[in-house]
Amino acid sequence: MSIRHQGARMTMLHSTRLIGAALGALMATGLAAAQAQETLTIGMSQFAPTLHPNIESASAKTFVIDMAHRRFTSFDVDWQPVCLFCTELPSLENGLAVLETTPEGEDGIAVTFTIPEGATWGDGTPVTTDDVMFTWEAGRAEQSQFGNLQMYREIYDITVVDDRTFTVHRDRVTYRYNMITDLRVLPAHLERPIWEDEPFEYPNRTLYVTDPTNPGLWFGPYRVTEVESGAYVVLEQNETWFGEAPHFDRIVVRTIENTAALEANLLSGSIDMIQGSPGITIDQGLALAERHGDDYNIIFQDGLIYEHIDVNHDNPLLADVRVRQALMYAIDRDTMVDQLFQGRQRVATANVSPLDWIYTDDVPQYPYDPARAVALLEEAGFTDIRNGVRHHAETGERLSLEFVTTAGNRTRELVQQVLQAGWTDVGVETVVSNEPARMFFGGTLSRREFTGLAMFAWITSPENVPRTTVHSEGIPTAENGWAGQNYPGFRNDRADELIDLLETTLDPAEREPLWHDFQRVYAEQLPALPLYYRADTYVLPPWLGGVVPTGHQYGIAQSVEYWHRAGS
Amino acid sequence: MGRFLMIRLVQGLAVLAAMSFLIYGLIGLMPGDPIDEMIAANPHLTSADAQALRARYGLDLPITERYWNWVTAALTGDLGYSRVHSVPVLEVLWPRLVNTLILVGSSLAFAVLLAIPIGVYAATHPYSRTDTAVNLLCFAGISIPPFWLALMLIILFAVLLGWLPAGGMLTVGDGSLADRLRHMVLPVATLTLVTVGDYTRHVRAAVQEQLRQDYVRTARAKGLKKSTMVRRHALPNALIPVITVVALGFGTIFSGALITETMFAYLGTGKLIYDSIIGNDFNMAMVALLFVTLMVLVGNLLADVLYVALDPRITFSKRSV
Repeated sequence: MSIRHQGARMTMLHSTRLIGAALGALMATGLAAAQAQETLTIGMSQFAPTLHPNIESASAKTFVIDMAHRRFTSFDVDWQPVCLFCTELPSLENGLAVLETTPEGEDGIAVTFTIPEGATWGDGTPVTTDDVMFTWEAGRAEQSQFGNLQMYREIYDITVVDDRTFTVHRDRVTYRYNMITDLRVLPAHLERPIWEDEPFEYPNRTLYVTDPTNPGLWFGPYRVTEVESGAYVVLEQNETWFGEAPHFDRIVVRTIENTAALEANLLSGSIDMIQGSPGITIDQGLALAERHGDDYNIIFQDGLIYEHIDVNHDNPLLADVRVRQALMYAIDRDTMVDQLFQGRQRVATANVSPLDWIYTDDVPQYPYDPARAVALLEEAGFTDIRNGVRHHAETGERLSLEFVTTAGNRTRELVQQVLQAGWTDVGVETVVSNEPARMFFGGTLSRREFTGLAMFAWITSPENVPRTTVHSEGIPTAENGWAGQNYPGFRNDRADELIDLLETTLDPAEREPLWHDFQRVYAEQLPALPLYYRADTYVLPPWLGGVVPTGHQYGIAQSVEYWHRAGS
Repeated sequence: MGRFLMIRLVQGLAVLAAMSFLIYGLIGLMPGDPIDEMIAANPHLTSADAQALRARYGLDLPITERYWNWVTAALTGDLGYSRVHSVPVLEVLWPRLVNTLILVGSSLAFAVLLAIPIGVYAATHPYSRTDTAVNLLCFAGISIPPFWLALMLIILFAVLLGWLPAGGMLTVGDGSLADRLRHMVLPVATLTLVTVGDYTRHVRAAVQEQLRQDYVRTARAKGLKKSTMVRRHALPNALIPVITVVALGFGTIFSGALITETMFAYLGTGKLIYDSIIGNDFNMAMVALLFVTLMVLVGNLLADVLYVALDPRITFSKRSV
């Protein structure tokens, strides 16, 4: 074949490919448009393990359930408490919350909620206080396997006023007195007989598992009409929904666990959008924005996922606060965030998100300053350098730390390399010993088996008091059955005191300075090394309106009825 | 033959019993248990709650006692509930096994059907251009990572050309046979392409070895046509080592194709086993892994039976020599 002929053939092949691609794109666009008129197909990378509103906690489940079920209380897009399934958010000011004394003589509070008029389960049965009573009784029972047992037990009584109004009596007065977010009401007419038959087997026998498409389980804008475990959930408009009618007839939530395949499904038109969490990673989102930024509305939403490094305070090397501070000065987090995430994630100063109203930047800061890191290490006695690694001048102890994170998490492993390089430069040796997530979270963290540094993330909620992760009573030990999440073993009287005060101070204006104090203590004492706050990547079709990412775990689906095709 | 099968049955049961203990022990030795996961997911769980839950699930018992409880329940047909799926284990496992059998079985069949003629042709035309090309493609097939191949096929046929769906097992709201078949094309093609190279290399090597045997030369000297000689004599003899490879492949069918299943969001056993181990789903992992063991044993038994069918020199009865 001559060069000319080869060239002609190449051109023909190229043209054929172009035509093919154009036809394919046209077909895909046409199909997607036709489908989207009635159906919105959403992709995410995890499947909800169960659809029971109160058992197991997973963002995939929350996303699906929020379309078919409503919490009494939640947080809005401004991260403020809001009433979703009650007529008015109770407060001391509006009289719906009243301080009282518990039967044991302690300070308590009575909080009154009213279910909206017309609220009806999908089978036509009204949602009543009987449902609330059943949910509370099942949640606080000895055999309960519900999440947030603490909340169910704090509520020592519920008084029924009428079919729609009930008063919750709590045995303590905390700043979240008017929130019953995790009390997600269950249909007593369907679930009570199953619960009473065998409470311990309830998680396996509940209709949410055995018959999840039963209309009587749902009362949101949509109801679940089809479930293929591990593959997809179909939701269709709920005829008995009492609120604003949703725009889409049907929503299909598909699970595609491989995020590269998830992206390919989006490009092929098999799905219309990708949910922020659990969805694609930020680097995939950035790459997608570069290649297809004009075809999709790609939103990088700052969130409440706090990426950090837990520091084992029982390790004598790390017990010295100067060493912890030196570790912070030796890493360039700003450049790391700029280079790895194109500045789309926020550097953390403490364990409070910069988006939270309680945040302050008036705390000890750790800009990249290797000279300061060296000075602190030398002050701590690590002046003797052998083969590039510092040793303590008196004890001869080598400044070498185990550094563990979840193996296979590409972003974390990349960050780990950057951090390791920064510490090596100032004479701190880190020995990487990454583990599969199952081992890392299953034992190394929860039983405090890491000896040095452990990198992972916490998912918190707006204005979340970190009792379990920072208070000294949250340190997991063999004696307490490894309960608690203060994996570093951090003990600080002032931090404990502030946490206790934060929980019991009702006035936000009084709480704010306490929060600022707490962040200062955190940033100075460094129970953990703050890295950055992760952003979720939402990929939306340009024609989809009404989707407003919130950044917290009570996400976009709690306003699903407002999602619409632009122009409709 | 009856005695042979009986002996293999007893051997198989012994292997299954040993494997059940081994698998239970290994899973038990992994750090953490389901309650640890609950604690991680629910920070408000108190130590009393955690201990009560461990006692309720029997997780506070020594592992040998837990194993014995599991065995005695399993022998009465109670294989337990899946912790992750909250349903009886077989309710989840059975449909997944069927899916995997369809996916991996059909790709295995396609791979064998392609490998035999290609391998024979390459063996009978050694060092020709075609043979070189076949060898090259075989090595490419063996070397290409399945996830990359899957992604390339998705990009080509789903994203660029739009001919086939990018993943899943059916279109929600359709689910007709034609729709399901369309969804099967890419995963089956991926698995076929990554296995056909290996089988072709085995067929080629086995046929070439037969072609060097004296009986082939004799048959050719007697005037038998090359094609007839290959079809009637060399190929059946060459298939014995190939059967070993395919039979072992049959056993591993049921352990699924984790990567392909994940890439195409296909609900098979590979992903199920992986998730059950990662998710501390004891009952599911036990039953699924034991089933895979059983299928490996069945695959080996089938291979033994096929040897006898193909080679009259092999019998089930003992012979003195």
